[in-house]
Amino acid sequence: MADLFEGIWWSGYVWPTLITVLLILCIMIPVMLSVAYLTLAERKVIGWMQLRKGPNVVGPFGLLQPIADALKLLMKETIIPAGANPVLFLIAPMLTFVLALIAWAVIPFDEGMVLADINVGVLYLFAISSLGVYGIIIAGWASNSKYAFLGALRSAAQMVSYEVSIGFVIVTVLICVGSLNLSDIVRSQAGGGFWNWYFLPLLPMFVVFIISALAETNRAPFDLPEAEAELVSGYNVEYSAMAFALFFLGEYANMILMSGMTVVLFLGGWLPPVDAQPFTWVPGPIWFALKIAFVLFIFLWVRATFPRYRYDQLMRLGWKVFLPLSLFWVVATAGFLVAFDLLPTGTN
Amino acid sequence: MSLTEPFDRSLANKALGGTDQDPTIKTLTMNFGPQHPAAHGVLRMVMEMDGEVIERLDPHIGLLHRGTEKLIEYKTYLQAIPYFDRLDYVAPMAQEHAFCLATERLLGLEVPLRGQYMRVLFDEISRILNHLLNVPAYALDVGAMTPMLWAFEEREKLMEFYEGVCGARMHAAFYRVGGVHQDMPPPMAEKIGEWVDGFPKFIDDLENMLTENRIFKQRSVDIGIISPEDAMAWGLTGPVLRASGIAWDLRKSQPYEVYDRLDFDIPTGKTGDCYSRYLVRVEEMRQSLSIIKQCLRDMPSGPVLTENTKVAPPRRGDMKRSMEALIHHFKLYTEGFHVPEGETYTAVEAPKGEFGVYLVSDGSNKPYRCKIRAPGFAHLQVMDHVCKGHMLADSVAVLGSFDVVFGEIDR
Repeated sequence: MADLFEGIWWSGYVWPTLITVLLILCIMIPVMLSVAYLTLAERKVIGWMQLRKGPNVVGPFGLLQPIADALKLLMKETIIPAGANPVLFLIAPMLTFVLALIAWAVIPFDEGMVLADINVGVLYLFAISSLGVYGIIIAGWASNSKYAFLGALRSAAQMVSYEVSIGFVIVTVLICVGSLNLSDIVRSQAGGGFWNWYFLPLLPMFVVFIISALAETNRAPFDLPEAEAELVSGYNVEYSAMAFALFFLGEYANMILMSGMTVVLFLGGWLPPVDAQPFTWVPGPIWFALKIAFVLFIFLWVRATFPRYRYDQLMRLGWKVFLPLSLFWVVATAGFLVAFDLLPTGTN
Repeated sequence: MSLTEPFDRSLANKALGGTDQDPTIKTLTMNFGPQHPAAHGVLRMVMEMDGEVIERLDPHIGLLHRGTEKLIEYKTYLQAIPYFDRLDYVAPMAQEHAFCLATERLLGLEVPLRGQYMRVLFDEISRILNHLLNVPAYALDVGAMTPMLWAFEEREKLMEFYEGVCGARMHAAFYRVGGVHQDMPPPMAEKIGEWVDGFPKFIDDLENMLTENRIFKQRSVDIGIISPEDAMAWGLTGPVLRASGIAWDLRKSQPYEVYDRLDFDIPTGKTGDCYSRYLVRVEEMRQSLSIIKQCLRDMPSGPVLTENTKVAPPRRGDMKRSMEALIHHFKLYTEGFHVPEGETYTAVEAPKGEFGVYLVSDGSNKPYRCKIRAPGFAHLQVMDHVCKGHMLADSVAVLGSFDVVFGEIDR
């Protein structure tokens, strides 16, 4: 009896939990490493664009720079300003960081290589990325600083605005796929090469999505919440040490996540760009990573090139350009599919 | 409350925590600087804002005050020159020029032709040096960071010319009453010539990044407009005045040195907004290049410093042989030279605008009074007038386009 009970307990609960934890670590550790090296890549890429070297002192080619940065931030004192609300002040960065990580649960890295293969994957991603605004607005409010508060207000308005157009872009893709499952979205782009991916037929939406992704992750030219020239550093101006590091990690993890979403929705996820011999040898996750790296490069390239929008211009772009455009495209796509009887037949 | 009920401000105010005696919603007072990445040094601006819109902007200055004008009263004329480097430290030689010119006017001293060309040459190098900092710094203020780093590479080359001619990269102390301290070392002219040939490419690159950039235009066109009347009434000078459409440039209107022999244009803007100020500065860089080219072409040989040993030190060789030269040298570097009684206001077209020196001499070896007119000071005073009703981000752009440097404003 005791043996039986123990066996069920073991196999029914602990084992699956352990495996899940292990799987989570398998995703989290590469993601964290990518974040660390994305910071280095950013500094290197922007450095080259600006005719300088970027970090090149810590380790060969500056490869140990992210580790040095992390150590420095770990060693520093976490300063909580006197007027701040300490509980919310510390919760905010954790929230940002956690939200940036849990979204990875539904991202498919390869055929079947996904932590939670749920049928509402897109909705889940959308929900998580919407929650991201809370971390920032709480940080801005709890800091009890005017710069941080203005940054938080800007960020709240901005992220909500661009969420809307992102939503319509995603709907356009969903109409073409007929499923909310991220793996299904990738599968529907299979067969053939890159000309089967959605970025070609939905090119305007692809562009809108990338620009909205920049706005959603508060990256240049939409980095108003942390506009250095106006708000010093925006919502995270009062943060130091690990609390700051968590914001930083969260922001960069979000960048990678949005790139991942772009790849899944428009660039054929893990699929090779040409469905022929030498390309199909390369495993799916590598294609996935390469595509993410490409989208991230666009993020960095944009940052080195463009000035920053003003708050009202950014809102105008979101509400008066992207929203009508994406709304129109949803209707146009749906109309096209219905008119030519091309609507995907739902699998479930 | 029904929807038809009119909006009651005092009620709203009470709900927001105010009293009904005070029926206005309070503005947000923000302290911009003095430690702010976009404050261009140590400017502190107290802003009263309605959300993101500026209602009142109050620049506070004085955080970099060093008492330059008073210090100069206790220094001989020669010792005063280095103070002028430290006013607008972005274009140091242009300031020295104003002081030397003022002193020469009191002395009635002629500068040898080569010295005049040298001064014009380095004035224009300073102008490019200044605009190379201001144009990308303005771009940085509106969020484009790459031009800044590109421009620093070019500035470095210009600073090497400074260094080559006088040994210091920034605080040159190169101009003297009666000319300039030294002639250029032999390969210098060719080096400058080479640089002049390559530099238009850089300006093209810079313009490529900014001039037609949609976001850059959205951030600068129609931002911070100054009408020509306002510009004159507030005493604006330099590119800020010319961007408002007034072709006023001391180099043309009251030429000093050899500017009347040189062929160059005065670019003016039409709209008086941040964008036209940017365009004027870019065009001024091109004009300065042409002036530099003409200087290198036309520069005669000869002395660069006056031969009048009452003012300028004698040659080193003469001092070894001539007792009189040695005495002159000793007197110059201990007591300095005496300037006849009188007063003058002498101004040069510094890169930022009219940089003037009002010099009063009581006949002694030290200035009785040296009032400095810094262009940035006048530019800063219109900030409130220009920024009212603009957004927070625009005030940063306007400040960047005014080209303020606190060395000269606080003095």
